Amino acid sequence: MSTVSPLLFLILIPLVAAVLVMLGGKSRTVSLFASALNLILLLVLASKFRASEAGFQFVSSFPVVPQLGINFILGADGLSFVMLFLSTAVTLAAVAVARPPVENDRWFYISLLMISAGVIGAFASVDVFLFYMFHELALIPTFLLIGIWGSGDRQAAAWKATIYLATGSFVLLLGLIGLYLLQPLGDRSFDLRHIIQLAETGLIPDNPIVYLLLLFGFGTLVSLFPFHTWAPQAYASAPAPAAMLHAGVLKKFGLYGLIRICAPVFPESIQALLPLLLVLIVGNILYVGYVTIAQRKLDTMLGYSSVMHMGYIFLGFAALNVVSLTGASLMLLSHGLTVAILFALCGEIRERTGTLEFSELGGIARATPKLGLSFGFAAMASVGLPGFIGFASELMVFFGAFVGQPTDMRAQTEAAAEVFRFNSIQVVTICAVWGIVISAIYMLRAYRKIFMGPLPERWSRLPDLAGLPRVAVVLLIGVMLFYGFFPQLLVNLVTPALLQP
Amino acid sequence: MIDPVILEVSVVVLGIFLLMAEAFGLTKQKSTLAWWAIGGLAAVFIGTFFIGPNSNSFEVSGFYVVDGLSLFFKRFVLISTILVLVMSVDYLPIVQRLVPAERPGAGSGEFFILPVFTCAGLMWMTSATDFIMIFCALELVTISFYIQVAYLRRSMSSLEAGTKYLILGALSTGFLVYGITWFFGTTGQTNLVAIREVLPLVPVANHPAILFGLALVLVALGFKIAAAPFQFWVPDVYQGAPTPVTAYLAVASKAAGFLVLIRVLEPFFTVPSFQNKLFLALVLLALLTLIFGNLAAIPQTNFKRLLGYSSIAHAGYLLMGLAAIGDAFAGRAVVFYLSGYLLMTFLAFLILVPVTKASGGDDISHFNGLARRSPGLALAMLIAAASLAGVPFTVGFFGKFFIFEAAMNQGLYLLVLVGIVTVASGFYYYFKVIRAMYWQPAPEDAGPVAVTKTSSVAIFILATLILILGVYPQLLIGILP
Repeated sequence: MSTVSPLLFLILIPLVAAVLVMLGGKSRTVSLFASALNLILLLVLASKFRASEAGFQFVSSFPVVPQLGINFILGADGLSFVMLFLSTAVTLAAVAVARPPVENDRWFYISLLMISAGVIGAFASVDVFLFYMFHELALIPTFLLIGIWGSGDRQAAAWKATIYLATGSFVLLLGLIGLYLLQPLGDRSFDLRHIIQLAETGLIPDNPIVYLLLLFGFGTLVSLFPFHTWAPQAYASAPAPAAMLHAGVLKKFGLYGLIRICAPVFPESIQALLPLLLVLIVGNILYVGYVTIAQRKLDTMLGYSSVMHMGYIFLGFAALNVVSLTGASLMLLSHGLTVAILFALCGEIRERTGTLEFSELGGIARATPKLGLSFGFAAMASVGLPGFIGFASELMVFFGAFVGQPTDMRAQTEAAAEVFRFNSIQVVTICAVWGIVISAIYMLRAYRKIFMGPLPERWSRLPDLAGLPRVAVVLLIGVMLFYGFFPQLLVNLVTPALLQP
Repeated sequence: MIDPVILEVSVVVLGIFLLMAEAFGLTKQKSTLAWWAIGGLAAVFIGTFFIGPNSNSFEVSGFYVVDGLSLFFKRFVLISTILVLVMSVDYLPIVQRLVPAERPGAGSGEFFILPVFTCAGLMWMTSATDFIMIFCALELVTISFYIQVAYLRRSMSSLEAGTKYLILGALSTGFLVYGITWFFGTTGQTNLVAIREVLPLVPVANHPAILFGLALVLVALGFKIAAAPFQFWVPDVYQGAPTPVTAYLAVASKAAGFLVLIRVLEPFFTVPSFQNKLFLALVLLALLTLIFGNLAAIPQTNFKRLLGYSSIAHAGYLLMGLAAIGDAFAGRAVVFYLSGYLLMTFLAFLILVPVTKASGGDDISHFNGLARRSPGLALAMLIAAASLAGVPFTVGFFGKFFIFEAAMNQGLYLLVLVGIVTVASGFYYYFKVIRAMYWQPAPEDAGPVAVTKTSSVAIFILATLILILGVYPQLLIGILP
């Protein structure tokens, strides 16, 4: 066996911290320290990462079930590093903005750390099976976080999310088993590198049923229309740190999986079943977008908006060319950061006012200017204003999608469905551009209702954003702006991973 | 080197010795009997590692075999019996309260001794390859269970459970014997090895008769493993029986039943004309069991009853594995699943006993607020529930994964799809316990739940094993037969 990958420590640090908290360490201090250490460790690893070399680095492998080709393989390439950065950064921010609950704060922090360990493990796994297993590590902590410390109709939300996610993940598991069984007998493995190598040499038949299982399995986890209904409810009820981690990082798992596994292995099935996926994407962007406009509470609105934005990433995946896939990967990062800030600020507002109804709020930017300013930044980033990373990624998705699928296949699509000389994927891209207008409507409206207008007397003494939460939010905004001006840094990191996995 | 049959003989001798010790008052404390029994069974367990080859006379007569499978299950049964006895010691106060006695404590000694005899019967079952032998071993098990289920004489539900188990058990025995006579009538044999040799030679005109006999035997064994539609006794009996006995029924009796099922079906799978029909029957049984067990478990509020339905549901997954037996890995998948099932079911029952003692009942609502009362116990129960539901990083997940993999490989897509739906409903009813422990407030004036030392050691070991095997299942797969 090769040497131990340093990535293992990224997974172990939150786990060890969780055990320490369980054994009686000071929960908040230990969690903060562990997540800060993790982010630093990741940055150190990233600086050692050789971007010029293709393929996974820091690889180590350990057999788990050799009979079925399951190995505990850790490794990272550019795309994984982007996701790992997202995971560790959002974890640190989530722990920083968390307010210790009155009782059982241990369980609260343990749950957060477990989710963090799960996502880091998933994004650092090269083995598809372990990738799946790590994702499920978050299932029970989410159930507990929403059920115990949630707000509103938390019990229903927790049940719904858990049942949806569990069912979705078992559908996904069937898809993965199918992917395993498609491989030639005697040469089967869950190793992603092995699978892609087989797919390139044509040894894995392009089976549409397995693709559908994977699509709907991953899709349920990513709140693909019409399997999205668990998400807004769960995010609205979840405590802010849980919503940040879940909507910001955990949900990206499904799309990451689609880009990583389905795109290289099932290009023909994706092509053949494109109309179905496109209809669902339009549902995600337009239908959910209009539903978002209709929301009267900030938390449900953010929940729906995060569902809506998944549509763009799906579009990038469906177009299946390098530009659109790169855009989709960048969007994983940008949306994760944006939604994390928005949920953090949403939690801060709830903490101060006790309500998130638009009708009751108003004018609080006068009392809390810093909170208002950060929310403005985050809202703009969510809409996709130039200067933020969201703009670069949306632009790449749209450009990529408008060009459409690789040329050798495009001929069929054009013949199949053509509206005003636009092929179907171009029509959907136009709908998606209209989606930006929709998100501008609801984001600006929310901003106006909450922060603008006359300040009611009862909100005049609200404390402003301060302390650790402020540092966390400012840092996240800083990252978004930085990559917004220099997206090329990320593109250089991600594209090799997509071209030559 | 020990002659294999010495194992069972020494278990029986141990049981007789304990009976005598109780009768002649060698010990004042009844629980000492349990410790002696545990010690004796542990010695036998160690003995299983020093087994010599089967003696010649047994080999020739062919009614008693010792192979990897039977040895594995002998250890399986011994471990479950030891765990049952550990649980029984914990359960003793409840037994003494519910058993009428002239002197305090009288009449509770057999509670520790009967499982030893059951253990001997189960061990014989694992080695039995002759229908007569299977029948005798099965009866030894079942009859000792009749007494144990109805042990709490002051508890109406225990008596009711005993009666139900007796009547339905006797009925299933009738089916078994009748099935055996049909086999004997058509093949002239009761030995499974001999039947396998004779089967291809049986004229086609006699095939319906053999199938009829097979159907009868399947009914009887379906009763033992709690497969639908022969599961009617399970919820009531599980709820009414003393908790350690319920655990014993749920794990050891079911496992031995599955082993016998595998042995009985084996000869028929080799003959093509039976293969398809048998396969169809297994798929149907698995479908019914999965659907019934999981859907009926959803509305349950009593934890023991819930585990009863859950044991039906698990039988469904195991039958799914049997239906996929053509796959190279399926046999090991079934055994792996059973071993994981042992760990998680015993863990759940081991936790249930002190909770019942502390809060006075075994409803799910009695778990309310356990996370605040005893965080450690709640964490262990969380692990058990997660494993029963099939959450990754527990042994239960790998069990389900292996079974699903084998079933997909054999093309049993319908079963797998139904399996997905039932797994989802499983998440719901197992998470109800988690919800009670973590979401609900504890009743006022409820303190920490007291757990005896041995129980807590057992709970700790089982919970750790579930997690270790959930990360690295190879440890167990490596020693599977």
